[in-house]
Amino acid sequence: MTALWLAITVWLAAWALNVRLAGSGIAQTRLGRILVPLIFGVTVLVLWEGLVRGLNVAPVILPAPSAIAAKIATSLPVLWQDFAQTILKGAIPGFLIGAGAAFLTAIAVDRSPFLQRGLLPIGNFVAALPIVGLAPILVMWFGFDWQSKAAVVVVMVFFPLLVNIVAGLQASDRMQRDLMATWGASYWQSLLKLRLPAAMPFVFNGLKIASTLALIGAIVAEFFGSPVYGMGFRISTEVGRLGLDMVWAEIAVAALAGSVLYGLISLIERWVTFWHPSQRH
Amino acid sequence: MSRALPVVTVLAGIVAIWYAAAVWMNATWAFDQAERAGQTVTWAEVIPQTMDQARPLLPPPHQVGAELWKGLFGQAVTSKRSLVYHAFVTFKGTMTGFGLGIVVGVLLAVAIVRFRVMDMSVMPWAIISQTIPIVALAPMIITLSSQLGLTGRDIPKAVIAAYLSFFPVLVSMVKGLRSPDQMQLDLLRTYGASDAQTFLKLRLPASMPYFFASLKVAVAASLVGTIVGELPTGAIEGLGARMLIGSQFGEPLIMWASLFAAAILAGILILVVGLIERIAGRRMGVRA
Repeated sequence: MTALWLAITVWLAAWALNVRLAGSGIAQTRLGRILVPLIFGVTVLVLWEGLVRGLNVAPVILPAPSAIAAKIATSLPVLWQDFAQTILKGAIPGFLIGAGAAFLTAIAVDRSPFLQRGLLPIGNFVAALPIVGLAPILVMWFGFDWQSKAAVVVVMVFFPLLVNIVAGLQASDRMQRDLMATWGASYWQSLLKLRLPAAMPFVFNGLKIASTLALIGAIVAEFFGSPVYGMGFRISTEVGRLGLDMVWAEIAVAALAGSVLYGLISLIERWVTFWHPSQRH
Repeated sequence: MSRALPVVTVLAGIVAIWYAAAVWMNATWAFDQAERAGQTVTWAEVIPQTMDQARPLLPPPHQVGAELWKGLFGQAVTSKRSLVYHAFVTFKGTMTGFGLGIVVGVLLAVAIVRFRVMDMSVMPWAIISQTIPIVALAPMIITLSSQLGLTGRDIPKAVIAAYLSFFPVLVSMVKGLRSPDQMQLDLLRTYGASDAQTFLKLRLPASMPYFFASLKVAVAASLVGTIVGELPTGAIEGLGARMLIGSQFGEPLIMWASLFAAAILAGILILVVGLIERIAGRRMGVRA
């Protein structure tokens, strides 16, 4: 029980510290903005560890963070193999192909307002559908290896991205387009120099949504058949064997991969859309 | 009419592409059959054969439509083969998760707007939580809840659905509760309003348009979560479980029919939430 009380004390102390930090001048600085959530995250881990140790929770219900960390440290090669199969071969190629296809489709229908008016409501509707349901069908078509995972990801990211890009291409003002017209800009010039840059905030919004969908698609597709490695495969088999520390290790890798992908897209966004009000601090 | 025409045109285009793809994908099987029988067949003979196979690679639209019709209206709605029955199971899971997601999202948003320390420590983690592929947790949530003595699949499904649907509500509510501008806040202060009064009479009403806008996203996310919760977990009821059964028994028609049933359910849910949004908006004096 002492472990539990110790953890609760640490948690209360850290929370009090956070309250003080948030109220003080440090909260305005960049350091404070990173420090406060970091302290919160660490205290959650401490509390978790204390709960598991103090209440003697069985590892088949909830392993302690220290046990998960130990598992990660001892099974790095397996984790890397799964990561390479699911993320590098399944999610990322699928993400790139899907994004490319959505982009080309958006440009292709750009000249026809008629097609756009037809495509936008349908795209919006399809983007809200549970497309993951296609996973078993695509696994049947493309086999068990990474090709089927990439195909699921392509279908999942295509519609949210298409809708965002089409909406983005309409985002420039009438005034700005008139200005391009008075300068005698051709369709392609005005597309490249005005409308595409103006669409970028929408595009990145879509890419961020799609990055999460890509990971979900790649992992779920593996539940329907995969080679004997891959994150989805490992999770479903380890759950069957009650090896929950390995499951949590895979989840930690998935969370890390998801956050890095999201962070990477945000970084590129800051670089491309530096002119947008939301990026100017 | 001018709005329906483009949509109908695009839909017709999709159906046309679908038929072409069905002929192309199913033709291989038809050619194989003919070759095994030692015959040569022409395309003109193959095309009708691609339209009504029992286990097509890609069923053409009319076959899916027929299977869907059979599933929806072919038997009593209480039958285990009825898609209405399975859709209702999924609908229940969706609503539980949706309700849970709304409660969690709104409560967190209120705490985040009220306490600066919550804003600084919880908000970044709420964003990170959405980059975690929740489906990775699905099999584990199910073992976990059965270890804790919770039988049945409703709770794990609802947890997954709530996890996906709380986020849009949280983000919109934070934005909405902060939407009153300084002038309005100052006015309430000159009235001598307490914090609770400012919250109830200004912030909460001001956040309602944001709240309803987020519900449409949240209900779709909740449905996705429920179906994902049914897919890999050996559930026997619900649209996700139907898809799984179709996949395991090699019955593509069942898979496609339940996929479209899920699409119809999604459409109905979004329509209903949109309707509630419009009614609530009118009651609160939003001009249409």
